[in-house]
Amino acid sequence: MESLTLLVLVLDSTLRLSAPLVLAALAGLFSERSGIIDIGLEGKMRGAAFAAAAVAAVSGSPWAGLAAGIGTSVLLAMVHGYACITHRGDQVVSGLALNILVSGLTAVLGIAWFAQGGRTPQLPGEARFLPLEWPGAAALRDVPVLGALYGELLSGHNLIVYLAFLAVPAVAWVLYRTRFGLRLRAVGENPESADTAGVPVVGQRYRALLCTGVACGVAGTYLSLAQSAGFINDMTAGKGYIALAALIFGKWRPVPAMLACLLFGFLDAVAIRLQGADLPVIGEVPVQLVQALPYVLTVVLLAGFIGRAVPPRALGVPYVKEG
Amino acid sequence: MSAVATGPAAGLPRWAVVGLLPVLNLLAAFAVSGLIVVLIGESPWDAVRILVWGAFGFEEAIGYTLFYATSFIFTGLAVAVAFHCGLFNIGGEGQAYIGGLGMALVCLHLDFLPFALIVPAAVIGAALFGAAWAFVPAWLQAHRGSHVVITTIMFNFIAASVMVYLLVNVMSRPGSMEPESRDFAPHARLPLMHDVLAAVGIDVAASPLNLSFLWALVCSAGVWLYIWHTRAGYRLRTAGASPPAARYGGISPPREIVVAMLVSGALAGCMSLNELMGVQHRLVLEFTAGFGFAGIAVALMGRGHPVGIILASVLFGALYQGGAELSFEVPRITRDMVVAIQGLVILFAGALEFMFVPVVRAVLARRSGG
Repeated sequence: MESLTLLVLVLDSTLRLSAPLVLAALAGLFSERSGIIDIGLEGKMRGAAFAAAAVAAVSGSPWAGLAAGIGTSVLLAMVHGYACITHRGDQVVSGLALNILVSGLTAVLGIAWFAQGGRTPQLPGEARFLPLEWPGAAALRDVPVLGALYGELLSGHNLIVYLAFLAVPAVAWVLYRTRFGLRLRAVGENPESADTAGVPVVGQRYRALLCTGVACGVAGTYLSLAQSAGFINDMTAGKGYIALAALIFGKWRPVPAMLACLLFGFLDAVAIRLQGADLPVIGEVPVQLVQALPYVLTVVLLAGFIGRAVPPRALGVPYVKEG
Repeated sequence: MSAVATGPAAGLPRWAVVGLLPVLNLLAAFAVSGLIVVLIGESPWDAVRILVWGAFGFEEAIGYTLFYATSFIFTGLAVAVAFHCGLFNIGGEGQAYIGGLGMALVCLHLDFLPFALIVPAAVIGAALFGAAWAFVPAWLQAHRGSHVVITTIMFNFIAASVMVYLLVNVMSRPGSMEPESRDFAPHARLPLMHDVLAAVGIDVAASPLNLSFLWALVCSAGVWLYIWHTRAGYRLRTAGASPPAARYGGISPPREIVVAMLVSGALAGCMSLNELMGVQHRLVLEFTAGFGFAGIAVALMGRGHPVGIILASVLFGALYQGGAELSFEVPRITRDMVVAIQGLVILFAGALEFMFVPVVRAVLARRSGG
């Protein structure tokens, strides 16, 4: 019984920890499937987390915060587009530049505006996205197994967690079943053919980055308005890069990417649990080892030892219209 | 990165590409930085005045500026060497971190050696470990086609975990909970420049500027010789410019990829000499403090040439030192402002490198046409 409780607790925090990864990985998916490398997920998340917390602190509304988070992330995505699509600049350089810019800017603005060492003010409950209790969850709590699964695991997350996991089938449908998705994949695989077929490559890539901005904005907002009660410096802590790793791990496909996010979230949840714990037989497991595992696994995958990760064919190649 | 006017800047005179465009890009980055200062509610003109004074206004400031510049030269050269082989090494941060481990191991465990031997041994340790950390991404890129950008990002994070583990569990100072090693022996430290200069009768203000600055200059000269004046450098550049042409000429691109990344990692590893062996005198967590990433900005600004890299390093060193003074004088503008400026420089000098090409072209055409 106790092991079940422990398992449910770990899985519960797995969901909470993977939700922002799922959203960020889906964000990256839009960009990369359209042919634009996005190592700037980290920066967009951080910018969104800061803007959401700042606006929620001033307005008291989580929705205004969410709008600010999305707006900031979209703005950054458009700068990325302006550099990479319009000016055909190096996509890695642009993403990295935005990450560094945002990490400096959020700290500078946070200290200048709120004077709390880079934090935004602690948010009250009504300015955040709070856990939603499912109907009957409280009544079922004492029922064995079902109570734990329904009452703990499914119920009691905030809106964005549910949104993140519902977004996965939605994105899969958009990607594989709509004209928008077909065009998105076409400009990412073979922009010349897409162009010949009358698909505006530039416009389609900008639209993809718009989707990236929105999804990343929600992911960042989650960090500061749902998971925490305000922005803390460096609260993204590499999550954008983990999401990018998950996207590659999932071979640029929505459902596998989500599974990779769940795996990485699970590792994170286990690492938190293992902090200082002495396991039988193995002894104390170094937490750093578990924390480094997502990165190690991604390298192993990229090395082609467990399947092959083949990126979209036109990824990273600026499109030059012949003429 | 090439200084020849090709690609989007084709047809522009060389002075415009090498001189005018970088200056315009830099000005654009500074203009946006000024807007940020205005947004905070401070005067950008005062900020510039304090920053320049803080970086060059007095002897000690110049020492600090050059001290920071030293680290930038190492990481900038590291990025540039990989660039010349067509590789984007954004793992400088991790390579410098692990390089510090190699250097610290020498300083902590080979301290029976005299000063004259331990310094070269430490340099070798830093370079060797830095190169080793670059080897796996390099090999995977060369032989498995795994994108070096992604693998070096991953290796930065793995390096961070490894170092936390080692400093907390293995190398921590006996009897201390602090995640840092014990101090290096007094003779396993790099002499400070003001002490060296005082010994030959020149009196300058005390600063953390140390002998690794000279090593950085030697490395710059070495990279210049290597890239443009040796057969090995020619092979490396050919493999970077056109792998099929290289193969046709009997050069093995995979081999060049590995070599370029090893040299790059070794240079990044040397950054630890300045920070740890020069100043901290022990191995500490996160001493790389973003210098590895900043190397990308330096290499872009310096257009991959050692002379440009030294100039860009002094510029960034001035921003760091001046930024420290600025945050002291105007507490609302913290040192993070320098990080934001770095980001803007990478954006304008790197990703938006050719943004001003149409403008410059139009102005030049009007002048020559009129």
